[in-house]
Amino acid sequence: MATANEKNTQTTTINGAEILVQALIKQGVKMMFAYPGGCSMPLHQALIKYKDDIRTLLPRHEQGGGFAAQGIARTTGDVGVCMATSGPGATNLVTALADAKLDSIPMVAITGQVPQAVIGSDAFQETPMVEISRAITKHHYMITDVNDVARIVKEAFFIANTGRPGPVLIDFPKDCQLATLDAEPDYDPDTYLPGYRPELRKAAPEQIRQILAAIKRSKKPMLYVGGGAIISDASKELVEFAHRTQIPVTTTVMGLGVFPGDDPLCLDMLGMHGTVYANYAVNEADLLLAFGVRFDDRVTGKLEEFAKHGKIVHVDIDPSELQKNKEAHIPINADLKHVLKALNEAITDDDLPQVDNWLTQVKAWKEKYPLKYPELGDVLSQQYAIHELWNQTKEKDPYITVGVGQHQMWAAQFYKFNKPRHWLSSSGLGTMGFGLPAAMGVQAQFPNDLVVDIDGDGSMLMNVQEMATLHTENLPVKILLLNNQHLGMVVQWEDRFMDGRRAHTYLGPVHHPEAEGKGDGSHAPETYPDFVSIAKGFGLQARQVRSKAEYPEALAEMLASDGPYLLDVICTYQEHVLPMIPSGGTVNDIITE
Amino acid sequence: MKQVLSALVMNQPGVLAHISGMLASRAFNIESLAVGETEEPEFSRITFVVGDYNKLDQVRKQLEKLVTVVKVVNFSGQDYVERDLMLMKVATPGKSRSEIRELVDIFRAKIVDVSSENVMIEISGQESKINAFIDMMRPFGILEIVRTGRIALLRSETVKADVDSETVETV
Repeated sequence: MATANEKNTQTTTINGAEILVQALIKQGVKMMFAYPGGCSMPLHQALIKYKDDIRTLLPRHEQGGGFAAQGIARTTGDVGVCMATSGPGATNLVTALADAKLDSIPMVAITGQVPQAVIGSDAFQETPMVEISRAITKHHYMITDVNDVARIVKEAFFIANTGRPGPVLIDFPKDCQLATLDAEPDYDPDTYLPGYRPELRKAAPEQIRQILAAIKRSKKPMLYVGGGAIISDASKELVEFAHRTQIPVTTTVMGLGVFPGDDPLCLDMLGMHGTVYANYAVNEADLLLAFGVRFDDRVTGKLEEFAKHGKIVHVDIDPSELQKNKEAHIPINADLKHVLKALNEAITDDDLPQVDNWLTQVKAWKEKYPLKYPELGDVLSQQYAIHELWNQTKEKDPYITVGVGQHQMWAAQFYKFNKPRHWLSSSGLGTMGFGLPAAMGVQAQFPNDLVVDIDGDGSMLMNVQEMATLHTENLPVKILLLNNQHLGMVVQWEDRFMDGRRAHTYLGPVHHPEAEGKGDGSHAPETYPDFVSIAKGFGLQARQVRSKAEYPEALAEMLASDGPYLLDVICTYQEHVLPMIPSGGTVNDIITE
Repeated sequence: MKQVLSALVMNQPGVLAHISGMLASRAFNIESLAVGETEEPEFSRITFVVGDYNKLDQVRKQLEKLVTVVKVVNFSGQDYVERDLMLMKVATPGKSRSEIRELVDIFRAKIVDVSSENVMIEISGQESKINAFIDMMRPFGILEIVRTGRIALLRSETVKADVDSETVETV
């Protein structure tokens, strides 16, 4: 008998799904978003087994799970993890993967796959996920042997969060999830990645001297800083460098918060909906220090005309970004934090540029062309609603997430961020529906912090189902819904460039005169859909406001509430996001009214 | 001038699809691509021919960014040997077979199959030589042609997957 018992304990086996979950725990994952299905059930069984070490939240759509994982990644810098079953579950993750790729967000997505024996046979819920995701991930794996699980998870996390971060897909056939090993595997195996060596590159001393020489010669220098500065954790070094040299700073939409929004040197955002003063300053600059940016078309407009008066120094960790869109005079492939540290260490009083006239000029632009919005009496504008939110919450350093469109740009303009990683925006891909699930991820990570999703009525509906997750997982996200009953940004382009012809941009019933742009501009007495009832149906508190008079108090009520809350703010749709440089235009085409 | 890139890649399923997909999705124009195993079975070597192309440097950098691509070398301006291989079926009407044989000898090609109506010829060499041979055969009646993409190796330097010898390139 004794021998038999011994034998029993010795033959305890561990299956592939359990190895994967253990490997996630070893990577430090505390929380993930996973939606189960036939081909990921063994994984969920394993997640239940290890639930004390890893919290699994159930989103209501796989895309929501993907963006929630991004919410964790964007605020912490750690790898966000999401999981879906094969087929439709996996394809529902695709948008979140593409989004993470364009914004360089570290993420690991695990998808169930049909058993290897039937791969390629058009089996039930089979899609070739590796094929689908090649172009929209940093890397991808299919596990074909249970012995590889621990190594692949280790490699996936390493690839996702080193160099220029990005999403990694692990496609996991069900037979491998169920295959067993007789003993726990080595969770820290050797990796084998001869084609991936993301050692932190430092700039050569002569490159640092080159930058300093260019700064010394410049009379109108500008810093153009992007998401790369946040990823390389260079905020402190950037602030020190800007203060020392007195070079004004403008950031991309991905860079918001890396330089304090209330600093006198901060010129806010540049580009299509950037400030007049930032765009003027970049245009006039004789030296553009482009740090952790990629000269995106929403920033540059017409490439040949962008920053054409000056020298360009371009620092990026990804060599393929250098000379991709815009030729730089001094291209440097290096980690930005190292470069800024080296600059701060090497700079002497003798290197400092003479910028007094330049700062006077910049200040004059700032005073002449401030960000502004019209006074509309008792009618609510989105800009006012966001400005008031900032007034009421700035002391709390909240996390702000947004959807995509006018409300996103207004949030970027009127909420001033003083810290990095507090602003979450789907910037490269521009995914409507990003705000709510991203907020839910952030709130799960930071249960005691204020998380506000500033959303539009179009974006909100794209992942509206995640209100269920807020309720069921106790995530007290505040949703500031700026409801103008239209797809505002498209309406703006219709108004500006298409003679105001409405083409499927009204979100109410099609027989309403507004659907053809023939209304009187006021909203119907009952807006559509009834977001308050929807939110209440999901278990949220909710309220609608239609007048400016009641807004501050209603906002305060939401902010003071305990649970998740939706405030349906009925705003005008006639407002345009300004300033605006039309697509492909130059600073001379800037529209200010 | 045409440019030649040589990539050392991991010999794994899907690598070629990954590379050709990346090239297509970034709208890079590639004239030919040849792939095969190397001296070490875990690596393959891919030779790309790219036209005179201002995006050549981007092609190289985007290739190097792929995790399964170990190293990419631009051979242009360096001393290298390049070869194409072609198989061709030519009709042999009348007494033309001996004439064809003569041309095959001059071009150092090889007849690898014969039938009463046609011959199959194997020829390798630089693209210009192969094109010249095609021109010579045209009057006889070319029935079928198949060509590999170009393959190339540097004469002096050896490009291996040697992690330690990696030099950080200053752009």
